[in-house]
Amino acid sequence: MDFEELIINMGPQHPSTHGVLFLQLKLDGEVVVDCQPHIGYLHRSIEKIAENRTLVQFVPFTDRLDYIASMNNNVGFCLAAEKLLGISAPPRAQYLRVIVAELNRVASHLLAIGTFAQDLGAYATPLFYALRDREKVVQIFDQLCGQRLTYDYVRVGGVSGDLPPGVDQLIRDFIAYERRMLAEYHDLLTGNVIFCARSRNIGVLSKEAAVNYGVTGTNLRASGVAWDVRKDEPYLVYDKFDFKVITGQKGDSWDRYDVRMREIEESLKIIEQALGGLPEGDPVAKVNKVFRLTGETYMRTENPRGELGFYLVGDGGPLPYRLKIRAPSFSNLSVLPYLVRGLNISDTVCVLGSLDIVMGEIDR
Amino acid sequence: MNYPWMALLFLVVKGVCILAFFAVNAMFLIWLERKVSAKIQNRLGPMVTGPHGSLQLIADTVKLLLKENIVPTEADRFVWWLAPFFVAVPTVAAFLCIPFSATWIVSDLNVGILFICSITSLCVLGVFMAGWGSNNKYSLLGGMRSAAQIISYEVPLLLSVLVVIMEAGTLSMQGIVHAQEVGWFFLKPNVLVAFLIYLISATAEVNRVPFDIPEAESELVSGYHTEYSGMKFSMFFLAEYANLFIISAVAATLFLGGWLGPWRPSAVWFLLKVYGIIGFLMWVRWTLPRVRMDQMMAFAWKILTPVSLINVLVTGWLLVIKG
Repeated sequence: MDFEELIINMGPQHPSTHGVLFLQLKLDGEVVVDCQPHIGYLHRSIEKIAENRTLVQFVPFTDRLDYIASMNNNVGFCLAAEKLLGISAPPRAQYLRVIVAELNRVASHLLAIGTFAQDLGAYATPLFYALRDREKVVQIFDQLCGQRLTYDYVRVGGVSGDLPPGVDQLIRDFIAYERRMLAEYHDLLTGNVIFCARSRNIGVLSKEAAVNYGVTGTNLRASGVAWDVRKDEPYLVYDKFDFKVITGQKGDSWDRYDVRMREIEESLKIIEQALGGLPEGDPVAKVNKVFRLTGETYMRTENPRGELGFYLVGDGGPLPYRLKIRAPSFSNLSVLPYLVRGLNISDTVCVLGSLDIVMGEIDR
Repeated sequence: MNYPWMALLFLVVKGVCILAFFAVNAMFLIWLERKVSAKIQNRLGPMVTGPHGSLQLIADTVKLLLKENIVPTEADRFVWWLAPFFVAVPTVAAFLCIPFSATWIVSDLNVGILFICSITSLCVLGVFMAGWGSNNKYSLLGGMRSAAQIISYEVPLLLSVLVVIMEAGTLSMQGIVHAQEVGWFFLKPNVLVAFLIYLISATAEVNRVPFDIPEAESELVSGYHTEYSGMKFSMFFLAEYANLFIISAVAATLFLGGWLGPWRPSAVWFLLKVYGIIGFLMWVRWTLPRVRMDQMMAFAWKILTPVSLINVLVTGWLLVIKG
């Protein structure tokens, strides 16, 4: 008999490639022999645009990197800019940044869990539950800055505005609500026999491989490496809060799901503490309109998807000479071919879903 | 009935009734599924066309009828055209032997259940033809999966039906219902096991979650009917829901006493039971994730088939002991 490998072009328009990812799969029957991700369908040359914008002008562009977690991008870039300029935001702004970053982390993890379940074939129900809860966060952000997806809330030197009256109560209600709802997710997915059978021991990412591929964030922690920039290299006021670094044991798809579920609880804990200790004062520092950028700096923050790094170089002018963005999803995606070789096509979708990538920051 | 043309007229009327029921029932089920899923997912579902979206499906049907029929250039045209009919026609034919009440049955064949089981297994041919004829890799994978799945689940399905046949001592659908006048079959433990096996296998037979592997949206886009549009697509779609009705109707007849109920009219009892089972299957569909191909095959051959074989054996012993 003569066997031939079947090449399948999965994407860029495909229900489960999370945006415009194009996977070229080489199949033997249904078993994946090789997998080649092709990227670039969402390229907007954001890094080049940064060279023609002042730091303040560039903040809205960071919203478009990882559009599921815009707040975290805002925070990361503003911290990098402040580090280069040698200024720092007032304490109230620091606390507000922690609150919005963690709220967005909750929203992002919820969406990751929802789409992961969707990829496993749970017809939209977990996804709709996730969207229902994410909507609450989005509404809080809407009250906070008038936007639902691209917030542009965090600014160089502070945040764009103080908490409007009533929003802190909204956040507190959300924390209580989400704690109740997490039980619902556990009922629906965590113990489900089919869900476990589909995701346990699928796409096992060992500690060593995870480190070698530069995988960060929840995917790294699911492999058992307790590395969290918030804990190991604290920025903002994260060192003042009590939270755990969640790790998994095996590094399979189920662990990645589980780590996200438990991180939501930790994030809620951080938000609660930050709201409790919110200092009085002005959330916006007085910053010059035009800066002279000199020297270079690198700032990394913990995005929901991993380590987001901004490398800023100034040459004395008002515009940055170069901005390099280290996007966590890019490294996380690079491990996909290694993970899916030998699995079948259904598992490929499962692994891809569990890695939780966002094309916006891969292509930039 | 002395005139041959009268008999012919009767046949035509019955045929039209079946076709009308086939279409209207499928449309109702699609609407119901959209409403049930919306309820489960905190949504409203269709609300705009007609009260609670009740006319939505008529609008959808008109849209599908008017749509262009796109044939892929490299498709195997003959097979491709034939496939939707191979799926839809056996489904309509299976309605012939469904007893809606003591008198409402088109033809009470003496091998009724055998007829239904065999004619509905023809559907797999259409599915495979669709997958092959589309000349699309996703469709091909979907068709292959479907063929493997339906053939595997046919075995436990028939074995569980066999238990009922042994208990009833007849293959006629009305005969099976009459045999349950002393007590519905699912009250007997061995038939209850058969009922569960039947429900699982039947879910796999009609490609519903958690066994919707042939049309796994997140993997195969839309599986075997990816390339179909317009009325051809709606043939698959209608057949899918008609099949859902048939498996539920067979389940109600074989295990839940068919149209038997404490008071008349008996057709109401039958429909209540059928829609109850359909409701359960919808609930399952919108709750569970999908199993993987190999897991599903292993489940069919390593668990369901042995269990149903043992069940048949036990039923035989019980019948012998009872004399």
